[in-house]
Amino acid sequence: METALTYAGYAAAVWLFLIGLYGVVKARHLVNLCLSLTVVQSSTYVLLTIIGFRPGLPAPIYTDGLLPGSAAVDPIVQALMLTDVVVEATVIALLLAIIIKVHRDARTADPDRVDMMRG
Amino acid sequence: MKRNWRILLFVAGAVGIAFLFAIAAGPLIHPRDIRNQYAAAINSATFAERNVTDTVSAVNFDFRGFDTLGEEFILLVSVLGSLVLLRMIEDRKGKVLRDALDEWRDVGPSDAIRLWILAMIAPKVAFGIYIVTHGQLTPGGGFQGGVILASAALILYLGEGFTVFRDVISHPATEIVEGAGALGFLFVGMLGWIWGRPYLTNVVPLGKAHELTSGGTIALISLATGLEVAAGFILLLYAFLQENLSPVEET
Amino acid sequence: MPLAPLPIIVPLTVAAVLIIAGKHLHRRILDSVAIATSATVVVLTIILTTQSAGGVIVYWFGDWLPLSPSHFPIGICLAIDPIGAALASLAAMLVLAAFTFSWSYFKSVGALYHVLMLVFLAAMCALSLTGDLFDMFVWLEVMTAAGVALCGYKSEQSQSLQGALNFAVINTIGAFLSLTGVALLYSATGTLNLAQAGRILATAHFSERFVTVAFLFVIAGFLVKSATFPFHFWLADAHAVAPTPVCILFSGIMVELGIYAVARIYWIVFAPGGQPSPETIRWVFLIMGSLTAVTGALYCFGQRHLKRMLAFSTISHVGLMLIGFALLNSRALGGMALYLAGHGLIKAGLFIAAGILLHRFGSMDEYDLGQSARHLAPIGFLMALGAWGLAGLPPFATFFGQLRIDQVGGEQHLWWLRAVTIFAEALTAGAVFRFTARVFFGFGHGKSMLTRGAPHLHTDVETSGQHSRVPAFMWAPMAVLILGAALIAVPLRGPADRFSKTFETASVYDAAVLNLKTPPAGPEPYQRPSPAHRASDWWIPLAVALVAFGSVWGALFPKSRESAFAEPVRAGLSKSLFVLRKFQSGRVGDYVAWFAFGIAAYGGMLLLLH
Repeated sequence: METALTYAGYAAAVWLFLIGLYGVVKARHLVNLCLSLTVVQSSTYVLLTIIGFRPGLPAPIYTDGLLPGSAAVDPIVQALMLTDVVVEATVIALLLAIIIKVHRDARTADPDRVDMMRG
Repeated sequence: MKRNWRILLFVAGAVGIAFLFAIAAGPLIHPRDIRNQYAAAINSATFAERNVTDTVSAVNFDFRGFDTLGEEFILLVSVLGSLVLLRMIEDRKGKVLRDALDEWRDVGPSDAIRLWILAMIAPKVAFGIYIVTHGQLTPGGGFQGGVILASAALILYLGEGFTVFRDVISHPATEIVEGAGALGFLFVGMLGWIWGRPYLTNVVPLGKAHELTSGGTIALISLATGLEVAAGFILLLYAFLQENLSPVEET
Repeated sequence: MPLAPLPIIVPLTVAAVLIIAGKHLHRRILDSVAIATSATVVVLTIILTTQSAGGVIVYWFGDWLPLSPSHFPIGICLAIDPIGAALASLAAMLVLAAFTFSWSYFKSVGALYHVLMLVFLAAMCALSLTGDLFDMFVWLEVMTAAGVALCGYKSEQSQSLQGALNFAVINTIGAFLSLTGVALLYSATGTLNLAQAGRILATAHFSERFVTVAFLFVIAGFLVKSATFPFHFWLADAHAVAPTPVCILFSGIMVELGIYAVARIYWIVFAPGGQPSPETIRWVFLIMGSLTAVTGALYCFGQRHLKRMLAFSTISHVGLMLIGFALLNSRALGGMALYLAGHGLIKAGLFIAAGILLHRFGSMDEYDLGQSARHLAPIGFLMALGAWGLAGLPPFATFFGQLRIDQVGGEQHLWWLRAVTIFAEALTAGAVFRFTARVFFGFGHGKSMLTRGAPHLHTDVETSGQHSRVPAFMWAPMAVLILGAALIAVPLRGPADRFSKTFETASVYDAAVLNLKTPPAGPEPYQRPSPAHRASDWWIPLAVALVAFGSVWGALFPKSRESAFAEPVRAGLSKSLFVLRKFQSGRVGDYVAWFAFGIAAYGGMLLLLH
């Protein structure tokens, strides 16, 4: 059962990564590009969760009767994921700011039309 | 490059990457014991060493606090970068800037919605503060609570419009709070230096377990982070929302 | 008090203070504070370099020393060795030069410019000093975020935003693939510390295919950051629009730190276990480096915008540095370090020249400028000196670096590497010579056919104040940087050779980081033996100079001398440029497609080449 879960989770992570990249490649609108980038970033969350999973163990929060020091799920990947989420949110914020300005100045939101620097 | 070539190139690459991922799944499917060393060490050490029950916060703010410092500064830099990019312009004297949504507001959200939103702001702020301060006890911490606090400002905008938002949230004050949060994190890290210990050492009294004051510097850093994240996201909201402003037409 | 964390903490603290107080401070105070901070970091990192020559300095944050008796690291450490500290000091020196250049004239929005640059400096120092894999990812992202913000600084121009957009998207994707790699490595080894991961990979035998894929994924983000082919397209766009002080940092040190990270990760984490096999690494990275060097040089020669030209030249030189790493020999690595230092300083000086031209004449286009800078001949002379250094000619550090790399290449019977070196150095130096000769000395009539199709970009002026003179704080750093690249060359040769040996010796590093009594027994890192006899390669710089001269002559005087030799060369270069320009489309979708293809191709090569 747990192996199936791991397989499924891993496949989900790979799929998210690739389909997000596909979205970035074929995007016709800059905001679409940005959101596809979000999808790519979510693939790392799924991957980290799957890596941290330990079958049958509880979350690493030692309250409500859970004996401190007992075995639990991996807290390191959860901390990594937290950092990951913050990094993602901020990069997307920067990108969205860029997109707003591009739209304002170039009057277009099509990434393929924003190509003043060919060659 | 023509679009079709581009997609073909990408698909070829994607198939290869999928294949690479399939190869890399080995240790995940057949895990060995060594992969659990770090987790086991942290799980057993956290309560004993630091009196905190939320291991994830302990990892974030104590064991791997240096990473969190970098993360805080990513947030800071991105907020500042967005401010630079969106080039927040102060109101010029004599020009009235009106929120484009204010026209919608005249038929706007009903009084019921406005009342509900106003009623929700205080619980949201309280909840945010709760999450920030209880980071070392239960899931939560500076980042999560800070975002909740920022969302309280967001619903203020949704209910009342930009003018009220701008009057309630003072832009210069928010910038100062953000800088103070970052500075707070840095200074708490420096406390260790007073006793000759390395940076980010937990030298503050650890308190009793299951209480708000447990964890020493973990609680302090969580607070500083909460301030910085809340202020940072409010500034982001400010910068993005004011993009909607447009000068009132001269009639 | 140990100095180790200070190069990172000091700039961060000053940046945080400037956020609060910066709006109320006069511009000169802001500039002085920034210059003082970067100067402090220069001093600190130089002290750290000399201290670490006696042994790797290890600093555990939070006082979380490795557990005993298992020596398992549970905290984050700084593991400072001389090359890492030297890179950090190069970063600080370039930031100092950038702040000097931007003294009071550069248009700054409050204190935001200073804050962003200081955080950028802290991130670069952290990346070169840290000993933890995830930490490297975090500071890589700080560099990307600060870099994007600085790149889009002149946001009045919409070109500027295109450069920032391309930069942000492709670097983020690369960084997230790196994070995936770190996660996969963690799922196998259970650690994020470089030294511990290396030990575990060496002792617990994982399948070679898995380790190869993990290796590729982990370094993917750093390869993107270092603008290796085919992940290099974003660099030219970013450089074309970033303000001059920022370009100094991008080309001078940010890109090079990607190569450093790749080398560090390979030698400490993957080399002890011998997976991926050294022969495979050698071949794949030689191909990677050569492709990068050749395409960068071709693009470089075909540009008319100075900053873009210099950006492509950086790509080409990064390819040469990658070749230096690929030879898997400490003498070649020492050569790479020397080359890196020399190139960083020279490139920074050349970008300052671009900034001076922008300040004086409002343009950086070779043909728009025409011959207007003839009265600034001293600056032209310095630029020509810089091009001399880019060609790897004595007495610059690049010469000594390139000599070492070529000698080791010869020992390994890779004769074709010399052709790559000559081609890359000649064309990149030739492009700058051509620019200098035309703009500063009035040579050349008509446009070179090879620049047909190059983007003709208009750049907004980034400085205020009197545009009729070049102030001392602009040309002085340029002189110091370019002459410095020549002066440091001879004294640094010995240290470079010594320190690169320790860089490659994982056992000493591991022992220091993990507090082991004796270095762990294990396979010694792979070193190709160097025979006693060293071939004499002094003819290479001469060849470079000749080819450069020939290319410049051909470009400046296109109508003369249509000899049987010149025409096919011109036609060949022109055709290849025509094809290459299609790829450098400025569209981020193309770049991402190339990224996917490149990762798959390199993955295939790493897995199949033995």
